[in-house]
Amino acid sequence: MKRFKRKTTLFATALLGASIAALTLPAQAWEPTKPIEIIVPAGTGGGADQMARAVQGIITKHNLSKQSVVVINKSGGAGGEGFLDVKNSKGDDHKLIITLSNLFTTPLATGIPFSYKDLTPIAMMALDEFVLWVNASTPYQTAKDYMDAIKKAPDGQFKMGGTGSKQEDQIITVAIEKVIGKKMTYIPYKGGGAVAVQLVGGHVDSTVNNPIEAVAQWRAGSLRPLCVFDSKKLDYHEPIANGKAWDSIPTCKSAGLDVEYLMLRGFFAPPGISKEAVDYYVDLMKKVRETPEWKKLMDDGAYNQTFMSGKEYLDWVAKAEKTHEELMKSAGFLAAKSN
Amino acid sequence: MIEDIANLFHGFAVVVQPFNLVLMVIGIVLGVIVGVLPGLGGANGVAILLPLTFSMSPTSAIIMLSCIYWGALFGGAITSILFNIPGEPWSVATTFDGHPMAQQGKAGEALTAAFTSSFVGALFAVIMITLVAPLVASFALRFGPAEIFAVYFLAFCSFVGLSKEPPFKTIVSMMLGFALGAVGLDQMTGQLRLTFGFTEMLNGFDFLIAVIGLFGIGEILLTMEEGLSFKGRAAHINARVVFQTWATLPKYWLLSLRSCLIGCWMGISPAGATPASFMSYGIAKRMSKNGKNFGKGEIEGVIAPETAAHAAGTSALLPMIALGVPGSPTAAVLLGGLLIWGLQPGPLLFVEQKDFVWGLIASMYMGNIVGLLIVLTCVPLFAAILRIPFSVIAPVILVLCAIGAYTVHNSSFDVIMMVVFGILGYFMKKTSYPMAPMVLAIVLGDKAEEAFRQSLLGSGGSLGIFFSNPLVSSIMVLGLVALFWGAISTGWARLRGQAATAA
Amino acid sequence: MSHSAKEAGGAGPSHRNVEIGFTLFMGFLGLLSIIGSLQVGIGWGAEGPKAGFFPFYCGLIVVLSTVVNLINAIRMQENGLFAEWPALWQVVSVVVPTTIYVLAIPYLGMYVSSAILIAAFMKYFGRYSWLFSIAIAIAVPAAIFFMFEIWFLVPLPKGPVESYLGY
Repeated sequence: MKRFKRKTTLFATALLGASIAALTLPAQAWEPTKPIEIIVPAGTGGGADQMARAVQGIITKHNLSKQSVVVINKSGGAGGEGFLDVKNSKGDDHKLIITLSNLFTTPLATGIPFSYKDLTPIAMMALDEFVLWVNASTPYQTAKDYMDAIKKAPDGQFKMGGTGSKQEDQIITVAIEKVIGKKMTYIPYKGGGAVAVQLVGGHVDSTVNNPIEAVAQWRAGSLRPLCVFDSKKLDYHEPIANGKAWDSIPTCKSAGLDVEYLMLRGFFAPPGISKEAVDYYVDLMKKVRETPEWKKLMDDGAYNQTFMSGKEYLDWVAKAEKTHEELMKSAGFLAAKSN
Repeated sequence: MIEDIANLFHGFAVVVQPFNLVLMVIGIVLGVIVGVLPGLGGANGVAILLPLTFSMSPTSAIIMLSCIYWGALFGGAITSILFNIPGEPWSVATTFDGHPMAQQGKAGEALTAAFTSSFVGALFAVIMITLVAPLVASFALRFGPAEIFAVYFLAFCSFVGLSKEPPFKTIVSMMLGFALGAVGLDQMTGQLRLTFGFTEMLNGFDFLIAVIGLFGIGEILLTMEEGLSFKGRAAHINARVVFQTWATLPKYWLLSLRSCLIGCWMGISPAGATPASFMSYGIAKRMSKNGKNFGKGEIEGVIAPETAAHAAGTSALLPMIALGVPGSPTAAVLLGGLLIWGLQPGPLLFVEQKDFVWGLIASMYMGNIVGLLIVLTCVPLFAAILRIPFSVIAPVILVLCAIGAYTVHNSSFDVIMMVVFGILGYFMKKTSYPMAPMVLAIVLGDKAEEAFRQSLLGSGGSLGIFFSNPLVSSIMVLGLVALFWGAISTGWARLRGQAATAA
Repeated sequence: MSHSAKEAGGAGPSHRNVEIGFTLFMGFLGLLSIIGSLQVGIGWGAEGPKAGFFPFYCGLIVVLSTVVNLINAIRMQENGLFAEWPALWQVVSVVVPTTIYVLAIPYLGMYVSSAILIAAFMKYFGRYSWLFSIAIAIAVPAAIFFMFEIWFLVPLPKGPVESYLGY
């Protein structure tokens, strides 16, 4: 009975992937034979961790894989620990790693030896947006108001809270400083949720939280989004707070703050795994993206839902690494050679 | 308020459905298991079961998951008392008196006291959550880096200066603890420090590895030196011990109340259960007339940390629900679960998801009662573990310690470090270097340093920020009082001690 | 505390020597902390104190306190024993197998090395029969396997035996 049921699910999933039939057929040739590990190069509760656990939940609930999925956090050394582990598991086709920007920033800032070139790219699941937030009780209604205030104040008076040091939040902060020509004081915290609460409590003046980290406080009326660091507005029209939807937030560029930044949420595998295994995982991730739970997650976090795999993905990553290297070089964030 | 109470009763009605009660028992038992196994924490239990709960209603799911959390809180005390191995970080302080009690054949009493105190602490915190949740949540918002540093400072000051070991040895082990805690990535600058180029050192030294080594392995080595047996195995244990211990507990009501308050305070100001347990232990030792006996198997030394740890662990759930900020890794995983169920934690959860929130709060009451009943019935069983011969249980403990150390970061290097810490612990004990300050420094050191540096960044390097508003100033002053009080009283005790030996 | 050791009055390393040695070792750790901190900078930079500021002073205090502890240790009058040789031998006979055990984990896997440790320990210290020792040595790792790998999905290190069995 159970066997029969499994066959029907297999059949159903094959149908699901029919749009990519030519690629899907060989993918069925490789199947995982033991639990699949998803390494999270960050602590529990962060954006990457949430996404990994959502993927785990979706795969389990919809029975997308015969084998169970295990999520393991390896956050040491700004995620370096997780990436080194995957890099050193050459040929292990039961291991995946979910990335955030520390794929680029950690090796540059700490000198821990790894690069995206050491890994096998699987797929880009989404891009995480960044929004400039201020406390709702402040008078700044637009990004321009806020920037003018910073320009008038002495260097370092305005405090920007962010996650981690020399990572995405601080990179954006430095980029903002470049545009407005004034220094801000960047204060690093451990997690995005804590940063948002610090802003609600008035301990910092602004943050560049991801939508999902700050949405609850926005809805409660304690935070105000000023602009989004993307080339276009967010594509979500459901009202969130005070009848305003994500798409009501203007782009920072239109507000005269020409800074763009998106964070990769994608999967990589260890080096040297077979083409068949890669195809299996690409296909698996496509199925994950078809589920209602995934759509819900995307809506909640107002993600940019770009999907890429294969060469397209690799090219994107290569370009992103170049951008990060330039940004970090100009910010003076590169690791000192003495280390 | 009336409406809230009606909601709470509605919550109870949801919780006592048979299906939910079954989930509750399953959750507690699983929680106790993950709490007992070192390295496997509540976060593991919750994370593993989370996917399974997506098919349940959110309320049923959160009942089961939060019961794992309660179970883990209860379970942490068991190995601390029996084998001197804290299963969870917040049960370290429980080992100080719990394990000596077990060695004196009073394992049953220690376990009963620990479980009952846990229950009292948790219950106190739940009542507080029920009555003043929104108020407390807005209070938590006032904690910026300076306030958080002040809280750590206070926790630290209430604990240091207590040991009877030579002061310079205390200083050495405390400062080494700070240095060990600093190894790895510096959160503030993103730089690696004290790793000397070894990639294995990236993680730094996790507190659990140090604790499993110093306490667990160190204890086994000491036992080997003194001849092969766990002391206390001859203890006569029966079910009556629970009631006999209960009869002695009411006279410690003041201690319990104080520990509850410390716990709630530390849980809301997001310092957490571990510092709460240390602080409560330190203050209890100072206030108690039996202070001298602390560390030698004093029941008050079990009640104080356990009560505070549970009050803190429970009240730490409040910021999670009300603000969307997890107070612990377990809470963080629960938070991820909430998002997947489509519940958005945050200020509006209380308004929009009444059923869920009051179901959760009702399950806190019920979960703790069910949990207490389950663990208390098992006291004789747990205590009977001590009757297993040492040469059978010792290698099993070694194996469990190794697994515990491995699972912290999934790293074999950590297992090796655990043995190194074990040998270090053996020598420290033999040459009377106190271990507790080292452990406390490893736990609090990096967090305190981080908060300190965040504050100074904000203030542009001025130390005045620690006295910039009434809240932070009063915590700092309390800390200073605790610090100097400690110095004076130990100095006084030492003087008297020297006079006594001279005479 | 065990009285038998003191009453027997056997030979062993003197407490004073061990104390001096261990004190020097603690000082050495402090020194390491100072060196490591100097590498990352100990000053008070633009971002507040630098990465090495805090551990540097911790290391410095350790070294200074060590000097005091060392003087106390050298002055130590009583010439008691640290421990007797047979007792120390017992300690060493646990430390050595445990060290071998943890070093073997990455190669043999957690389960096989644990089974060997338990069997050897029971046989050597407990003088149990081979049958009983091996039974426990297989039962415990098996229980752990089900608890961790199957139930809680926490993967532990595995070696050739497990991969032969398909894990």
